[in-house]
Amino acid sequence: MARIGVFVCWCGENISRTVDVDRVVQEVAKLPGVRCAINYRYMCSDPGQTMIRERIALEKLDGVVVASCSPHMHLRTFRKAAQTAGLNPYMLEIANIREHCSWVHPDRDEATAKAIDLIRLAVAKVKNNHPLEPIKVPVTRRALVVGGGVAGIQAALDIADAGYEVVMVEREPSIGGKMAGLSETFPTLDCSQCILTPRMVDVGQHPRIKLYTYSEVEAVDGFVGNFKITIRQKARYVDVTRCTGCGECSSACPLKKNKSEFDLGMGTRSAIYMPFPQAVPARPVIDKNVCAKLTRNKCGVCAKKCAAGAINYEDEDKLVKEKVGAVVLATGFKLYDIGKKDGKIAGYGEYGYGKYKDVIDSLQFERLVSASGPTNGEIKRPSDGKTPKNVVFISCVGSRDNAKGLPYCSKICCMYTAKHTMLYKHKVHDGQAHVFYMDIRSAGKNYDEFVRRAIEQDGAMYYRGRVSKITEQNGKLIVRGADTLAGVPVTIEADLVVLAAAMRPADGVTELAQKLNVGYDEFGFLLESHPKLRPVETNTAGVYICGAAQAPKDIPESVAQASAAASKVQITLAASKLTRSPEIARINEKTCAACFRCYETCPYHAIEKAEVRTRKGVLVKRTARVNVGLCMGCGTCVSACLSKSADIEGFTEQEIYAMVESLI
Amino acid sequence: MVQTDSISDLEFLAQTKFADCYQCGKCTAGCPRSAHMDKTPNQLIRLVQLGDIDTALKTNAIWQCVSCETCTTRCPKTVDCEGIIDALRQMSYERGMASKQQDAVVLFQKAFLDNVRRNGRMNEIQMIARYKIEGFAAIRRLGFLFNGAMLAPRMHMRNKLHIIGEKVRDRGVVRRIFARCMDGKA
Amino acid sequence: MNLGYYPGCSLHGSSDDYQQSLKACFDALGVSLKELDDWICCGATAAHTLNRKLSIALPARNLALASQQGCEELVAPCSMCSMQLKKAQKAMAKDAALAEEMGRIVEAQPNDTHVLNLLQAFDRVGLETIKAAVKEPLKDLKVACYYGCLLTRPPEVVGFDDCEQPVSMDKVVEALGATAVAWNYKTECCGAGMTLASEETVLDLSHKILADAAAHGAQCIAVACPMCNVNLDMKQSVIEARYGVKYGMTIYYLCDLVGLALGLTPKTLGINRHFVARKA
Repeated sequence: MARIGVFVCWCGENISRTVDVDRVVQEVAKLPGVRCAINYRYMCSDPGQTMIRERIALEKLDGVVVASCSPHMHLRTFRKAAQTAGLNPYMLEIANIREHCSWVHPDRDEATAKAIDLIRLAVAKVKNNHPLEPIKVPVTRRALVVGGGVAGIQAALDIADAGYEVVMVEREPSIGGKMAGLSETFPTLDCSQCILTPRMVDVGQHPRIKLYTYSEVEAVDGFVGNFKITIRQKARYVDVTRCTGCGECSSACPLKKNKSEFDLGMGTRSAIYMPFPQAVPARPVIDKNVCAKLTRNKCGVCAKKCAAGAINYEDEDKLVKEKVGAVVLATGFKLYDIGKKDGKIAGYGEYGYGKYKDVIDSLQFERLVSASGPTNGEIKRPSDGKTPKNVVFISCVGSRDNAKGLPYCSKICCMYTAKHTMLYKHKVHDGQAHVFYMDIRSAGKNYDEFVRRAIEQDGAMYYRGRVSKITEQNGKLIVRGADTLAGVPVTIEADLVVLAAAMRPADGVTELAQKLNVGYDEFGFLLESHPKLRPVETNTAGVYICGAAQAPKDIPESVAQASAAASKVQITLAASKLTRSPEIARINEKTCAACFRCYETCPYHAIEKAEVRTRKGVLVKRTARVNVGLCMGCGTCVSACLSKSADIEGFTEQEIYAMVESLI
Repeated sequence: MVQTDSISDLEFLAQTKFADCYQCGKCTAGCPRSAHMDKTPNQLIRLVQLGDIDTALKTNAIWQCVSCETCTTRCPKTVDCEGIIDALRQMSYERGMASKQQDAVVLFQKAFLDNVRRNGRMNEIQMIARYKIEGFAAIRRLGFLFNGAMLAPRMHMRNKLHIIGEKVRDRGVVRRIFARCMDGKA
Repeated sequence: MNLGYYPGCSLHGSSDDYQQSLKACFDALGVSLKELDDWICCGATAAHTLNRKLSIALPARNLALASQQGCEELVAPCSMCSMQLKKAQKAMAKDAALAEEMGRIVEAQPNDTHVLNLLQAFDRVGLETIKAAVKEPLKDLKVACYYGCLLTRPPEVVGFDDCEQPVSMDKVVEALGATAVAWNYKTECCGAGMTLASEETVLDLSHKILADAAAHGAQCIAVACPMCNVNLDMKQSVIEARYGVKYGMTIYYLCDLVGLALGLTPKTLGINRHFVARKA
């Protein structure tokens, strides 16, 4: 016979003002199985909880119903109280007589009657509950970091310094990301590579970081604590263990006029090349689409020149498997393609990007300014190599543009545009920078002062208005803009135009997200669990995000998020076993017909196709089996199951039907 | 923005939302006539956003617009800027608020419509004659009367002067269409 | 091929050399143009600046006539007419109540006639067909293709070619063996219907077009609109006098060039009726 205790809370007067709590207690005490029914002003308070604990001991209760506010508020509180008193926490149910009753029904009699019914339901359920134990899942105490930009580097270093092994996968031949290509960073004008490359070297040399560059994540299997990652190491055609990074191969290579990816097309590189001198790893790679040996079996000069015998034309892609317990996605961003249409995102035909050589984007300008860039830091027009005396910078190209398809603000452009005007002025003393802007977004520490410095001290001319069109006349770019503050159109004859293109997520991130069951928005930015309170977690347990992959942001924010993601990873990896809620699906393998409708419908891929065999290995039957590490207890399998073999622990069909029948 | 009856009427005429405009100025930047306007396109929209329709209705700017659709095409917020200027013109005309300086333009459009109303199609000579006479009465500049007259002989030599214009057969329906649209008849 | 034909007031008036050229050219291409019976004025600039309902009703009447006369495709060679017809169609497609109201006002129901501007008409005929029919390629002719405003803008209404860097006219010109020059004023306004109402506007804007075409080495400018033609051709001498410049830039309708390449004489095409004497 059940021994249920019912505890009705007044919730101050939130409940008691509308619901007659004395009458409720009177009525529910009559329910079969109820040993005691008490009401109290604040059940969640210490005295309230103490009351529950004492009653459990006194009346030897085997089930508890707390009639109070929503379980969202205090389910955990009351379950802990029960556990302390020696009662399994899953033998406690909440009847929500506040949000579902006193707060929405003004009539006292009706509300009271409903409260009694709600408690009746809860009592019927708890009588059918059985004790549940949290599930323990073993954890592989290693992490995967996808992306070797500043965010990925920070996350990897934090996790590795905490004592865990990190596998880092980077698509490019070197880590460093976009930050490695910048000239200086705002607001301090620190040399970007000078502050980044020590970190890159740390990653390259860290005893606990296993670095795969020129590699991509091919497949992901498993679940939090137990991910199995397949990594594709693309063929470099260079044996990195033998190569000394001397650079003879690149010098000897006759094919020198290929557009350099690192210089964003502003410079050239050989067919065998190191992306930049500070690359980590400092090893070259052969561009297989261009190399004469690999495409037409001619040349082979680099192999002849290589003293270390490190060139290997027979190299092939390799598939490597790694086991990790947590994943951090730090895939970064790319710039919006100004000249072309990309699906529903339109380009800016009116700005002539791609048509006029002297119209470039902001990252390309960084390469011009950068001391290690294609012009050795001298600002030169791409068309004729002359020094531009009038440079126009245009903000919001692609961003904040509903018509083109990207309505959001890219956050960093106001700051880097101000930076660009300053760097330009520092190099071309008699030059004039012109900036067309809509607003100035400079909300960070020392940011607004930085922008004012560009205007007040370095003479940048700011026009408040957009640019309508750019045409070319006699070697100059005619920029037609406006200044809405003075209410006039403004036309500038520029030598060079720099477009602040929108930030978009890196290519291929949506495919990667699908492999990990991570959501992304309509623009491809990875989805955080909660925009305010959980910015680096995703809805997939064990997968975390950071940096520009989540939303446009600058370096300090990327670094902060990376450390945040690293700390979440450490929480996951800290225990040798992960505890999970037991309120997940359970399949009765005896009755399972192995139709696998549950397998087809499970949104978390948490159902496995298993076989039941005798000890001799003879197949007895096939069955569906729940992966207790992945299941999120959504109940889809329960509704899909035709043989009624699937059920949710803590919300079994028996428990639910008992509730329904208690009302009839 | 504050909504009044006039603003609602204007928004209905323009078929575009005024609140969407974030005053970026791209319309002004691309407008071929903005340098000659007393209020630039974005300023016209700003006046409307502020509720000051009257000032907008009295500007020269709205009659200087050549309806090239550059503003509408390039607007990042898909605001139909040309549509707003059309709406301002329609409302200005209806309320008789067009400025005197713009008589030349307003009278031209009016002469055009009167001519079509009568014939169903444009009779150029008839329309120009009427326009010049009415326009002179309003503007009182001799130059206005004779401007463009020099081209007439050359047009005649090229058989481009059709003294007798065409008339549509069913002129009744044309008149009824005009009456329904402009005179509020059923 | 049979296409409906909506001339518009200009092509029956002072720009009937455009109609002459169009008919001769399409005839030579094997396209028969059937003029819409009892068409009325589309309202042009006057209607849309003075009265919204009228600006939709006048085109709606023509669209209704086209439906009644079984016309599925209607060529409107004047870019203003084609824009008014298309805009009216779009407004009525978006708003069923408006479409119904228009039906009552114009005493007939407009249907889904496909309106084609001159560029779309040539596209409909097909570049390959035109190329195959060329008898006298226009070798060494440098043409500045002038699209103006309403042939490609606004893109949601026209839905043809690119509105910032259009190429449809350039492709036709190149199919004729000529060279389409790269220049900056492809889509800048000429002043449109302001020829009489605000001559200063037209002189200023059209001057810039002529200057840019000349600066980019064009020997002639091709247009596909009677107003552009009037502003660039008829007003050219006025512009030259006003700004103290000399261009002598031949202005062709696009169908003039096609006709010439097909072997038709300038007289047949009405080119002798242009103001600026033909040089190139």
